[in-house]
Amino acid sequence: MIPGYGGSVLRIDLSDGKVTKEPTPEEMIRDYIGARGFIIYTLYKELTPGIDPLGPEAKFITSTGPLTGLFVPSSGKIQSGGKSPLTGGYGESNSGGHFPEELKMAGYDMLILEGQHDKPCYVVVDDDDVRIEDAKEIWGKGSITTEEILKKNLGEDFQIMTIGPAGENLVKIACITHDFGRQAGRTGLGTILGSKKVKAICIRGTKTIPVHDVDGLIKVGKRMYQQCFTNAAFELWQTYGTAAVTNWANRIGSFPTRNFQSGYFELFTNLSGPRMREEIVVNNKACFACAMCCGKYSHTKTKDYDVYVEGPEYETTAMIGGNCALGNIKDVAYANYLCDEYGIDTISGGSIIGFTIECFEKGIITTKDTGGLELKFGDPKCVFEMIKKIALKEGIGAVLAEGSRHAAKIFGGGSEKFAMQVKGLEQSGYETRRSPAMLLSYMTSDIGAHHRPSWAVTHDLQSGRDHARDKAWKVKELQHTRPLFDTLGVCRLPWIEMQVPVSDYCEAYRMATGIERTEEELITISEKIWNLTRMFWIREFPDFGRADDIPPARIWEDKLKGGPTDGGVLSRETVDALLDDYYKERGWSKDGRPTPEKLKELGLDWVIKDLT
Amino acid sequence: MIIGRDESRCTGCKICQLICALHHFKEHNPKKAALGITGEFPVPGTYKISLCTQCEKCIPVCPTEAISKQGDAIKIDPEKCTYCLICVDECPFNAIFVHRDFEVPFICDLCGECVEMCPTKALYWEQ
Repeated sequence: MIPGYGGSVLRIDLSDGKVTKEPTPEEMIRDYIGARGFIIYTLYKELTPGIDPLGPEAKFITSTGPLTGLFVPSSGKIQSGGKSPLTGGYGESNSGGHFPEELKMAGYDMLILEGQHDKPCYVVVDDDDVRIEDAKEIWGKGSITTEEILKKNLGEDFQIMTIGPAGENLVKIACITHDFGRQAGRTGLGTILGSKKVKAICIRGTKTIPVHDVDGLIKVGKRMYQQCFTNAAFELWQTYGTAAVTNWANRIGSFPTRNFQSGYFELFTNLSGPRMREEIVVNNKACFACAMCCGKYSHTKTKDYDVYVEGPEYETTAMIGGNCALGNIKDVAYANYLCDEYGIDTISGGSIIGFTIECFEKGIITTKDTGGLELKFGDPKCVFEMIKKIALKEGIGAVLAEGSRHAAKIFGGGSEKFAMQVKGLEQSGYETRRSPAMLLSYMTSDIGAHHRPSWAVTHDLQSGRDHARDKAWKVKELQHTRPLFDTLGVCRLPWIEMQVPVSDYCEAYRMATGIERTEEELITISEKIWNLTRMFWIREFPDFGRADDIPPARIWEDKLKGGPTDGGVLSRETVDALLDDYYKERGWSKDGRPTPEKLKELGLDWVIKDLT
Repeated sequence: MIIGRDESRCTGCKICQLICALHHFKEHNPKKAALGITGEFPVPGTYKISLCTQCEKCIPVCPTEAISKQGDAIKIDPEKCTYCLICVDECPFNAIFVHRDFEVPFICDLCGECVEMCPTKALYWEQ
C-alpha cells in the first residue's frame, strides 16, 4: 500500500444495499494523484455517456487527496463530483471542514454512491462498519437542522454531509452542506444525492493515516505553518476571511451588482469585512488543520429573524449582496442562512435571483409570472421569498430551479443575453468587462463559470484591463496550479494568500507518499486532468467546443454602469482573440478541442477515440 | 506551569490535536491527542477545549495508584494501570483520553507543542 492514502475505495450501491471495499488502485494513485484526479478518472471510466445525471446509472463521488488530513496547512479539503444535473457536463465542487480527514481516517480515499435507494435514507460509515439507515425522520428538514439531529443521534464525533429540501426536490442548484455551513455548492451535487434519496452521509474514522516519512513531514509542515504565522496578511485573513475582498473588489470595479449591470455597489461599505465583524460575527471557524480560519460564524438578528449562520463569505456577499443589491449585511447573512438550510448554492442562487429581478424590471416577466410578487433590486423580502420558491419549486421557482440558462429560454425577451452563465453554470462573484483574463477563466473553467480553477483579476490589473493580449498563458498556468491543490486534497489559500511555496507542497507530497515527483511533473499531471475534464464534455456533447466557451452577449453589448469601471465593455473580437490565444497555448484545435497529439503527449491515448 | 485556554479564540482547526498525536505517537491521528475540541453548533457557534488543568483529582480516584504528579505534569504508569477508566469518568474537565489502540488512557504531559502551533493563541502558558 502506498502511504499517504486511506487505502481503500468504498462503493455503496443504494439500489441493492451492496457494499464493496477495494484497495485504491496504485495505478490511479500514480497517474492521477488523488481527489479531483480520482474523480474525473473514475467518472470517465465508469459512466456511460448520455446517462441521466439523476438516474440510477449516475454516480456521486467524494474523494480526498494524499495530503488531506495531514500536518500541512489547511489539509481539511475534499472534492466531490458527478455528471452535473445543472450543466449536463463535468460536475465538481470543493469543500472544507472536518469530513475530509474523517473519511480518510476511516480508511477511504473515495466514497462512491451508485444506484438509487427506494426510500429516503442516510449512509453511515463508522470505520469498517457501513450501513444504510432510514431517513423518514429527517427527510424534509433543513440541511443544518438535519446535521444537528444526526449529531445528537450518532455522536458529536461523526462528521456529516447533508442536503436540504432543495436537493430532495431535485432543484438543480442544490448544494451539500457540512459542519453547519461549509458547502460543496456548485454544479448541483446535492441534486444527485437527492435523486439517490440520500439525505446525509455520516462518517467516523479513528485510524491513523500512514505516511512515508513522519519526521520529514513534521519538519516541512512546521515550515509551512511558520510561513503562514509570519505572513503580513495572516492577521487580516484571520479577522475578516474572504470578506476582506469586498472593499477591494468594489474599488477596482469588479463587484457584481444588479445582475452584473455594474461592477460597483454604492452600498458596499455596509457589506465589508469590518462592518460584518462589527455587526454579526460571533466567532472564527476553521477547517481542519487550517491556521487562517477564513470561516466567520455569525448571528444575524432583527425583528424579522434571529439565526446563526457560517458566513457570508465573499462569494455570497457578492452574489446575494451586490448582485441582488442588498445593502445590509444582516439581510445578506439571513439570505445565506436560507440558502444553507434549504440547501441551494448561494452563487447560483444569487445569480438566478438577480437575473430574475432584472427580467422583472425590464418587463420580460410580470406579477403574472411571479405569483403576484413584485421583484426589485434591493428588496430583501423579495430575495428571501425567491430562495424559498426555488428550493420548494413553487410557481416561478420551478423554472428557476433549472438554472438561469433554462429560465432565459422560458422567459425569452432577449434575456439570454444577461443570464450570466457559461455552459449552464452561473458565473461567480467577479464582473469581467474590465478583467479579460478573469473572463477567459470563466469561459474555459472545466465546470462552467466558476473562479476556483483560475482567478486572474490581479493579473488583469497588472497586464491591462481592456485587451486580450498576455492573458491566455496566465489562465492556463493558473488552471494547472490551482486545481493541483484540489488534487492533493488541501486548500489553495495558504499558497495564494500566505505565499507558502508550491515546492513545499511537493516536498510534503514526497514525505507523505514516498513518491518522487518534481513540481513540473505534478503540474503535468494537473494538465492531464484538465484535458480529461474537457474530454468528458466532448464525450457528452459531440459538438462541444468554442461555442460552449462563449459568455453571454452582455459582455460585448452592455456597458458597465457606474463606479471605477463605468462604461467598461469587451468587444466580441476580444472574446474571440482570448479563445484563439488560449486554444493555441493549450495545443488544442481552433474549435477548442484537444488534439490527438496533445492527448497522446499527456498519456491520454485511451480517450482519443472519443474525439470522433 | 499549566497550559491555559481561551475558548473564545478557538476556531476548531484541531492543529493542536494533530501535533499532539504526532509528537507523542508519531501518528497522523487527532483522535490520539491528549486534548479535545468540541464544537457547539449551530448555537452558540463556539468550541470547548478539554485539557488537563493539573487539578490532580484523578490521583486519589485511581484504585491502583497508577496516577501521580511528576514534575509539573500528571503521569499514568502503564505498569500499574488496569484500564478501569475511573479516572476518565471522574475527570471534571474530560481531559483524560482513550483510544482502542492503547491499553492506557493518556493525558497532557505539558510538552507545549500545541501552544507552539495554536494559530490563534487559544492555548498559552500560564503560571
